[in-house]
Amino acid sequence: MTSYDVQPDYVESKGVGTGLISRLLLYLLLILFGAFFLLPIIWMAVTAFKPFVEWLNPNWIPINPTLENFQSIFADPTLPVDRWFLNSLLIAVIFTLLILIIDAMAAYAYARMEFRGKNILFGLLLVTLVMPGIMFLIPNFITVARLGWLGTYQGVIAPGLSGVFGVFFLRQFFQSIPKELEEAAIIDGANTWKTFTTVILPLSRGALATLGVITFLESWNSFLWPLLILGNNRAMQTLPVGLATLQGQYTFDYGKLMAGALVVTLPVLLLYVLLQRYIVQSIAMTGLKG
Amino acid sequence: MTEIAKSQPEDSRIPGAVQRWQRFNMTPYLFILPHLIFFSAFLAWPFAYGLYISLFEFDFLRPEYRPFVGLENYLNLFNRGSIQFDDFWRAMGNTGEFLLWSVPPLVILALLLAVLLNGRFRGRTIFRTIYFAPYALSVTVAAVLWWWIFQSQGGLINHYLEQLGWPTPNWLSSMPEAWIAITIATIWWTIGFNTVIFLAALQEIPSSLYEAAAIDGAGPSQQFWYVTIPMLRPVLVFVITITLIASANLFGQPFLMTGGGPLQQTETVIYRIYIEGILRNQMGSASAMSIFMAAILITLTALNFKLFGQNTQR
Repeated sequence: MTSYDVQPDYVESKGVGTGLISRLLLYLLLILFGAFFLLPIIWMAVTAFKPFVEWLNPNWIPINPTLENFQSIFADPTLPVDRWFLNSLLIAVIFTLLILIIDAMAAYAYARMEFRGKNILFGLLLVTLVMPGIMFLIPNFITVARLGWLGTYQGVIAPGLSGVFGVFFLRQFFQSIPKELEEAAIIDGANTWKTFTTVILPLSRGALATLGVITFLESWNSFLWPLLILGNNRAMQTLPVGLATLQGQYTFDYGKLMAGALVVTLPVLLLYVLLQRYIVQSIAMTGLKG
Repeated sequence: MTEIAKSQPEDSRIPGAVQRWQRFNMTPYLFILPHLIFFSAFLAWPFAYGLYISLFEFDFLRPEYRPFVGLENYLNLFNRGSIQFDDFWRAMGNTGEFLLWSVPPLVILALLLAVLLNGRFRGRTIFRTIYFAPYALSVTVAAVLWWWIFQSQGGLINHYLEQLGWPTPNWLSSMPEAWIAITIATIWWTIGFNTVIFLAALQEIPSSLYEAAAIDGAGPSQQFWYVTIPMLRPVLVFVITITLIASANLFGQPFLMTGGGPLQQTETVIYRIYIEGILRNQMGSASAMSIFMAAILITLTALNFKLFGQNTQR
């Protein structure tokens, strides 16, 4: 009790007996919570592969696994699921690329350049961070409608490009890059644009990847805005909006509904498993900055 | 002649102006321009335009009839006789109720999960991956999936409840079961976000503090209350704030799970604004509701930081 050669980690400084029990308890809790998070996703997949007669049976392994749910949602001409998939992909890819380009450029100026009005402009960006998105919903809908962009890709994409999170995120990162690297490039005769593209951007690959991944996810998963802009145009809908349409049409056709949900989920789940380091990192940074 | 006028001597006459001219550089503006265009069009403009149209009776489909009504759209929110009053305050009450249901578990449980994941044990990364996975899904997937699980006929929950011999409620069409279902779906979908933020903050706490506490004879629970919690305070305020705001913005879950029912009792403010502005085309009145709601959220955020975050600086 009074010994001063304390172990470095307080978790491990406990006795052996209690350590074993608490370790077991820890794993028990971890597995219980793990089941809560994982089982619904598995249940979605299980239902999607069940034939009609099995939907209402609670078996966790389909007796006669089938692809008929997928086939019928892809075959239904009123539900262009493959088109929705393409819409989602196209919107997410274009949105992500534009965010990366636009935000990186702006972030570089705010991080490294001196210009008139910089502080006022940056302050304005800061202020909008605390403004709830609901304030902008109706006016932006009117703007998009006036531009004739209802039911179009640009109607979904353009308003999101105004966001300031990416600018802040990249500005923080750019400021951490040693100035000497840029100065060396300038001495070698590079202009600002060249310095930006050949020195700054390659050094920021990690930050750009992080922002890219979360931006892609945000776009792929967003619901309310695409619902407003694309809700009345079936062929232009994204997968999440399409899934709501599917729910309206197949109300109690759970197998087809879960097949649709799985189609929406698989790409992001794959992306998440492959790139979770970046996603988790970016969220952790949000918290530490805040 | 003009050649001469432009050349050296003029430079020496007004050096200040020339220096300023030489210092003026278009480059920074060109770099911020693309973002500034979108920022102006879709954040700055709608801020002003939203305030403006909230002073009109603004039906999007009737451009010829848009009378100026002053503050009427706002006053209607406080006038018992108006068409908006009952629906709006029911939605406010519902949103408040959801805050009570969802914020405590989303904060406390997330902290608990983060503490669990912060220990040293095998499989940590796997558990973290699993806990966070639902956050990568769309709200539509989360909502439709839990809508299926909570179905009173054929849903998984009622199946197991039945096997246990317990009552099997109509989860999505009775109160307060509908809130419980929406809350569980929301926790499942979003708690990973808070957990990751807490986890990162826990890892920032220097282990020397725990060592010092251990030397002073503090056990694990004392260490938690006297080291972890005070050190987490800024992050705790941050997480409570973003959770309050996220919960106050609830829309997709009731939209897809309950349709706002039973009897509009899960119809939230955002849901109401959607109905008023998009389905009923009453955009002036919907804007007034949005601004009122935004004012409340900003006040809530400010209060939260003032009350609980004395020593937090951004």
